[in-house]
Amino acid sequence: MEQDWIWGLVGGLIIGTAAAVYLLANGRIMGASGILGGLIDGSGRSTWMERASFIAGLVIVPAFFVPLYGEVDTHLTSNLLVVVVAGLLVGVGTRIANGCTSGHGVCGISRLSLRGMVATVFYILAGGITIVLFRHILGVI
Amino acid sequence: MRNLFAFIAGSLFGVGLLVSGMTDTTKVQGWLDVFGNWDPTLAFVMGGAILPMAIAWQLTRGRRPVLGGAFPEPPKTEIGRKLVIGSTLFGMGWGLAGLCPGPAMASLSYGGLGGAVFLVAMIAGMLAAPPVVARLDAMPQAAG
Repeated sequence: MEQDWIWGLVGGLIIGTAAAVYLLANGRIMGASGILGGLIDGSGRSTWMERASFIAGLVIVPAFFVPLYGEVDTHLTSNLLVVVVAGLLVGVGTRIANGCTSGHGVCGISRLSLRGMVATVFYILAGGITIVLFRHILGVI
Repeated sequence: MRNLFAFIAGSLFGVGLLVSGMTDTTKVQGWLDVFGNWDPTLAFVMGGAILPMAIAWQLTRGRRPVLGGAFPEPPKTEIGRKLVIGSTLFGMGWGLAGLCPGPAMASLSYGGLGGAVFLVAMIAGMLAAPPVVARLDAMPQAAG
């Protein structure tokens, strides 16, 4: 749709505001993989309530806005093998790199972090090559 | 108070993902697929998100977080193999499914089994990461 980019910009501004609230109030970087990963591997035990509260908001609150859209379809592939492999790669990769689209991307680039910019270049390049390979050459997804 | 503001931030993040359309994996894969029906939406989302954060970083100068503690240290500058290898693996998974960690968690909010399966696999991947990190740390720098 033609208005997609406007909603993208509006949604992006809301995401950036979320990150700004987390930084200015709590003094923390809003990185989705780090917030969850610290709970999973125990490295964030001392701040678990804060992490769990963030995730609770992220998981629960969008549901109240879903009716505005009628139905939200993620269009996720029904190929469960692809879903599982992709999930494993995202989980292990973001923890090795210590960040994902929100931490390295949004929070890193906005303070001109070299690491954030390099990470973003690599995950976009890897994502682009992967989709070209698996969609256009192998025809799997 | 910290938990309340963390909840507010998480809520805004989730609503922003929903409004931006980043909950839709076809939009994410559309951005990555330069040889297909290319979709520029993700660039607007990124740009829109970076704007308030750039202002927020400016506001941290000479101040402390509202709820106490300290702001994060200045960014590290080391570009090591962990950053490159990790980001590449993450990008491959991101391209395959069109989900990154934030939208994967938010997807629990609007249902569908696939998102939950992805999330379980992602958590398994996170559990597998520490030994890999330890091994990468132990490798001599020159061998990278």
